[in-house]
Amino acid sequence: MGDAAPATPPEGRRIDLRTLYADSEIGPLLAELDNDLVGLEPVKRRIREIAAFLLVTRAREQLGFSSGAPTLHMAFTGNPGTGKTTVALRMAGILHRLGFIRKGHLVSVTRDDLVGQYIGHTAPKTKEILKRAMGGVLFIDEAYYLHRPENEKDYGQEAIEILLQVMENQRDDLTVILAGYQDRMNQFFESNPGFRSRIAHHVQFPDFADAELLSIVEKLAHQAEYRLSEDARQALREYIVQRRQQPNFANARSIRNAFDRSRLRQAMRLVEIAAEISADDLVTIEAADIRGSSVFAAAAPKSLP
Amino acid sequence: MRLTQGTFSYLPDLTDAQISKQIEYALGKGWALGVEYTDDPHPRNTYWEMWGLPMFDLHDAAGVMQEVTACRAAHPQKYVRINAFDATHGWETVRLSFIVHRPADEPGFKLERTEDRGRTIRYTLHAYATDRPPGRRYG
Repeated sequence: MGDAAPATPPEGRRIDLRTLYADSEIGPLLAELDNDLVGLEPVKRRIREIAAFLLVTRAREQLGFSSGAPTLHMAFTGNPGTGKTTVALRMAGILHRLGFIRKGHLVSVTRDDLVGQYIGHTAPKTKEILKRAMGGVLFIDEAYYLHRPENEKDYGQEAIEILLQVMENQRDDLTVILAGYQDRMNQFFESNPGFRSRIAHHVQFPDFADAELLSIVEKLAHQAEYRLSEDARQALREYIVQRRQQPNFANARSIRNAFDRSRLRQAMRLVEIAAEISADDLVTIEAADIRGSSVFAAAAPKSLP
Repeated sequence: MRLTQGTFSYLPDLTDAQISKQIEYALGKGWALGVEYTDDPHPRNTYWEMWGLPMFDLHDAAGVMQEVTACRAAHPQKYVRINAFDATHGWETVRLSFIVHRPADEPGFKLERTEDRGRTIRYTLHAYATDRPPGRRYG
């Protein structure tokens, strides 16, 4: 990273990366990520790269090579419900544990928090947010709203300029993550080329596969202490295929909502039995709870939340 | 004459790294940091001009240092100090206050004696700098 070559590189010395690896928290961290997040291969690969880079940076420091802080600004793009926000929330913790940021807190903002309502209002507002995010991660959700091409006098541009300046000059103090839907983020970057070049990591979140969505539900169920019966699992498989065909499909978010609704249906079903029920009944989601969904109602192309 | 007010004032001027560490300490205690400046060095001049609002919800010293740097640049010939305010119930006061910037030349104070009734002498301090109107003190 550094441009000046060290005066006397200690060529002969050797260093054991494995010891360094064991000393760091990287191993458990990556395992935890693999465990907690279903799918998202490109994201995990990028985190592994960053972790590896950190390791090499430390090794370089020990051997006396120069090492500058890398640019860690990221852009997360992908369809609705692909985990952009979830990963961003974890990213602050990850970068902190890897030692790239000092504090490890995350400040999550949208356009409203950065852009003011009248002239002269934007700069203090944006600076205030930036100050608060120092030492951590600034997460700008739906970042494309910052730029309003239809209004030349929009104050969003002012916020963008301040952001760019800080992203460039205070890379050590602050990491910025922009998130948004793929197509609109592309438009945003096209109209703000400065942003594209200052962001080192463009991470594309792929859509979840059907099997991944299923295992997400299973994880959710496990966390909430529910269990899916085998029939329910089959019903869920069919549900996912059907739901995908419908408009406003938002990947994991749609599936999470479906799971929440099936819990409601299960509760209703249990109440209607109005008899003694076992602990098993309380935790089991049956196929009927899933098949009650309007998605299965024949050709009802109504939009779902 | 070097102005000695607030914490650390008998030490050599703190470096930026040392100031950062003090800010980190204050932030760690959950105190709100504020930057203030003045060109009236009188010890009883408690209320200095505020450089922006006190900063709540900060996590890292970099944000405060940014304001300190900006204030120094805007007022290179004034005193700049950092106040750390503790909002905890029962305290609700400034817990730490120290000077982070001072004018290049500090002329100091004159001791004024006033003769009172019965040949009593009353003493008061007068800063040479305040002989000039605000804004034109310290060159």
